[in-house]
Amino acid sequence: MEQKSMRLTLRVWRQDGPNDAGHVETLQVDGILEDMSFLEMLDKVNQDLIRAGKEPIAFDHDCREGICGTCSLMIDGVAHGPMKGTTACQLHMRHFRDGDTITIEPWRSGAFPVVKDLVVDRSAFDRILQAGGYVSVNTGAAPDAHTLPVPKPDADAAFDAAACIGCGACVASCPNGSAMLFVAAKVSHLARLPQGQPERRKRVLDMVAQMDAEGFGACSNHYECEAVCPKEISARVIAEMNRDYLESRLCSGS
Amino acid sequence: MAAKATMAVTGIVLLSFVLGHMAGNLQVFLGPEAMNSYAEFLHDFGHGLALWVVRAVLLACLVLHVASAAYVVRVSKAARPVGYVMKKDVATDFAARTMWMTGLIVLAFLVYHLLHFTIDPLGAYHDFVDAEGRHDVHRMVVTAFQSLPTVAVYVVAQVLLAIHISHGGSSLFQTLGWRSPRNAKWVDRIGPTLAAVILVGNLFIPLGVFAGLAS
Amino acid sequence: MTLKLDARIPDGPLHEKWDECRFHDKLVNPANKRKFKIIVVGAGLAGGSAAAALGELGYQVEVFVFHDTPRRAHSIAAQGGINAAKNYKNDGDSIRRLFYDTIKGGDYRAREANVFRLAQISNHIIDHCVAIGVPFAREYGGLLDNRSFGGAQVSRTFYARGQTGQQLLLGCYQSLLRQVHAGKVRFHARKEMLDLVKVDGHARGIIVRDLVTGEITRHAADAVVLATGGYGNVFFLSTNAKNSNVTAAFRAYKRGAGFANPCFTQIHPTCIPVSSEYQSKLTLMSESLRNDGRVWVPKQKGDQRPPNEIPEDERDYFLERRYPSFGNLVPRDVASRAIKERCDAGYGVGATGMAVYLDFRDAIQRLGRKVIEERYGNLFAMYEKITGEDPYEVPMKIYPAVHYTMGGLWVDYHLMSTIPGMFVLGEANFSDHGANRLGASALMQGLSDGFFVIPYTIGDYLARHGTMDPKQKVQPDHPAFDEVESEVRARIQKLLDVKGSTPVDVFHRRLGHLMWDECGMARSKEGLERALQEIPKIRAEFWKDVAIPGDPKEFNQELEKAGRVADFLEFAELMCMDALHRNESCGGHFRVEYQTEEGEALRDDENYAYVAVWEHRGPDQPPELNKEPLVFEAVHPSTRSYK
Repeated sequence: MEQKSMRLTLRVWRQDGPNDAGHVETLQVDGILEDMSFLEMLDKVNQDLIRAGKEPIAFDHDCREGICGTCSLMIDGVAHGPMKGTTACQLHMRHFRDGDTITIEPWRSGAFPVVKDLVVDRSAFDRILQAGGYVSVNTGAAPDAHTLPVPKPDADAAFDAAACIGCGACVASCPNGSAMLFVAAKVSHLARLPQGQPERRKRVLDMVAQMDAEGFGACSNHYECEAVCPKEISARVIAEMNRDYLESRLCSGS
Repeated sequence: MAAKATMAVTGIVLLSFVLGHMAGNLQVFLGPEAMNSYAEFLHDFGHGLALWVVRAVLLACLVLHVASAAYVVRVSKAARPVGYVMKKDVATDFAARTMWMTGLIVLAFLVYHLLHFTIDPLGAYHDFVDAEGRHDVHRMVVTAFQSLPTVAVYVVAQVLLAIHISHGGSSLFQTLGWRSPRNAKWVDRIGPTLAAVILVGNLFIPLGVFAGLAS
Repeated sequence: MTLKLDARIPDGPLHEKWDECRFHDKLVNPANKRKFKIIVVGAGLAGGSAAAALGELGYQVEVFVFHDTPRRAHSIAAQGGINAAKNYKNDGDSIRRLFYDTIKGGDYRAREANVFRLAQISNHIIDHCVAIGVPFAREYGGLLDNRSFGGAQVSRTFYARGQTGQQLLLGCYQSLLRQVHAGKVRFHARKEMLDLVKVDGHARGIIVRDLVTGEITRHAADAVVLATGGYGNVFFLSTNAKNSNVTAAFRAYKRGAGFANPCFTQIHPTCIPVSSEYQSKLTLMSESLRNDGRVWVPKQKGDQRPPNEIPEDERDYFLERRYPSFGNLVPRDVASRAIKERCDAGYGVGATGMAVYLDFRDAIQRLGRKVIEERYGNLFAMYEKITGEDPYEVPMKIYPAVHYTMGGLWVDYHLMSTIPGMFVLGEANFSDHGANRLGASALMQGLSDGFFVIPYTIGDYLARHGTMDPKQKVQPDHPAFDEVESEVRARIQKLLDVKGSTPVDVFHRRLGHLMWDECGMARSKEGLERALQEIPKIRAEFWKDVAIPGDPKEFNQELEKAGRVADFLEFAELMCMDALHRNESCGGHFRVEYQTEEGEALRDDENYAYVAVWEHRGPDQPPELNKEPLVFEAVHPSTRSYK
């Protein structure tokens, strides 16, 4: 089975480091097959660059099966590209056409400084979860797993929120650069489970405070995050967090 | 996040006012008696105290609404110091993206509107008194909307206000945690519906008067 | 044999050994724990859980990961589930049965005592993970649901849709972050361990490279824990993440840690077949799919009809035919070989003929599309994204791919390697899966090692060999660090000095093809000997012509890859040597010379019932083989039958 070979024009963001201003570089690439994934296309471009004695394009990637959340490309102005519910690593070239021009940029957020080219630093996400995105139970202290039944709808809703892969597409696509979907996904995951109840109020207040401290923008309900989320996490988690947050603020009296 | 909640709550108050204000002023088409007695009722209710309480609350809400908006806009602009070369919108709409612009213009209009009818610093309508000695609000409105430029200003402002409300009227449900996948369908229609009602109602006043329906 | 392989298996009956061990192990007083620093390399399920548990106990923990955050570790990609002997289904499960299934599934090449402990701990893992908020699948009554997996006749697999690994890893990661917040754990992102430092024979630190700045730094500690995963990427194409590598483990091997059973690699039967020459990785389709999917090929060779047009009586459901009692749920090694056998015989389907069908037609008819969607929705969606075909309508095409490596650094019952003070957890060690791992057992082992074994056993080491006196503690300015650091720098410089013209991936791909052909699903003496001749050639070309653009003092992904591939190019030889020396077939190691008339693996318990532990003897010396005999007291090795 011969696959059709495509010729593309890439407009790629190149930036040496956090202090470099960066620029768009235009590359002509040839021999792209439709069964290639988007990242395999970049692999090929990089091999050609290396053979030509040039520096390859730096981009983050790891599992290449849509679950680790490492890949982080703004493709033609959309986080992870044009396919819904799909990470950049699972996007395949059959969705592009011969002769297309593709613009590739890193996530843009003050809280995600560019490391190099298309690679950004998302450690702000770790710090937000550090502030309270867990259940404080030490190893060895747990009762039998069946002591606490969880209604299936709650367990399912918790899972839906917990499916977040921490890629940052929500921040990248938000017109306000807000991290609400990411933070709310964790808040909602734990708030939906009985295990999350003892620390529920403190958790949401602490995580939101850290989110604000990291310099993310404010949510004004554009729902861009929900639309580009590769795990299709619903913006209902944001509403749930808003409610939890307001209740917690009012009840804690601060 | 507190800022967003403040904006939502004050938004509800302001939105309620806009609806009430629209209903009240549509009485211009019921004739001078209805309009002027309604105006007097508002002025005298609770020995005139109520009006000032309401005005104070509205002013406070307005200030909080604008201040929280300014905060949200500032934080959000700062959150993305370097913009995209290419960015497409997937879900958001014109209303959501232009909230601060429509808000600012409506705010400017509000100042104009208050100067025009309420404060009236040039005293254009000071001597408008009806047969019963009440301030003749009916005549004031009818007189004002004979001028085409004035009508045009009001029409433009109402269109912008409607755009503003079409997003805000739904968005506040999400901000206050009342939107869920189950009710999202109709919650997302509340804003546009309110906006449409207010647009039609508020436009009818200047346009209707201009067309001679209130004289 | 020069390695001292004392497995330190406690005395007493099997079910009391772990108790015995914990009773005789020395303890570190709670107030003294903070005086010990422990380095943990890797923060997947094993490393993450270890770091969290050690932090909870009060040790000072330093975690190093080469990812930008611990949540990226490849444990995240495990789909199917995690086993435990809870017997919640009332279907006859027990600790003993889980133990037995695991030993048998491993084709009698694992250590009984370790596996029994794993089965005992399995239940605590589920309890703990539920307590920290892992959203496992539940039934309508609110209790946990289970499903079946290959190699077992009971339903003991706990799962979270098709993302069990993700949910467990995030649970660990959250526990880890809680300790970071509490100041017990410091974590270092984008830092890759490049070597191990020993002082007086004990592991006392590591040398790392900052992947962002290129800076080389030294870190000293009282003990080092490696949880750096498996080496499946030696095949280039595998289901592993692109950055998974053998470097940390291989460097430790070069510093004296024995490497056990390197040839034991697992080929997973159900992966999406290779479609283009630029393919960079293979995607797994969870084993759980075999619960409802039926594997078949056309009865007629080279049948080109679309699958849905091939009538029932012209389909060969070969797993059901060959293994009537386990059917589609035979263990991975058995299923993989059966698929390869059909394809090699010319019955394969798809453009390359290197695929078989995994068909859900019957299950959809029986259960309805909705049920199938609920069970496997995300997997079906993933398949469609990658192949462009809808598995609800057309059967999936699958083919085996490298998935997991049972081999790894040798560890004793305490999970300590042959280097005192260096512990190895999870896929990086060899301990629990013998020659073949059963599905849903990797997550179990990682969490068992990290949450429940290392917290006890490392205490014994520290109480016996550690020092609390700050003056006696090894500091990073110790001459041993100078020496190892200069070697690390020299190796990087040597890579850069090649200044060749061929990208790293080209060499990696060549090595991978060779290993897949000669040391993959079927191995032969001739093939392995050929590989042992070819590998040094590829290695020589690599060192002559590899191109590494850019600066070593900045973010440089080609340099990262080059270092890892350089190690794979040496490690591959060790794998082939191990495969060549083991003149038997067992589990994932199939030597074509050793098979029954029906084509099943033919084990040789008389001569090969041992762990092969390879010892590095210096740069120009062949490695030396050491043996840890495997003694079976509770189970009697028999021919594995799933018929």
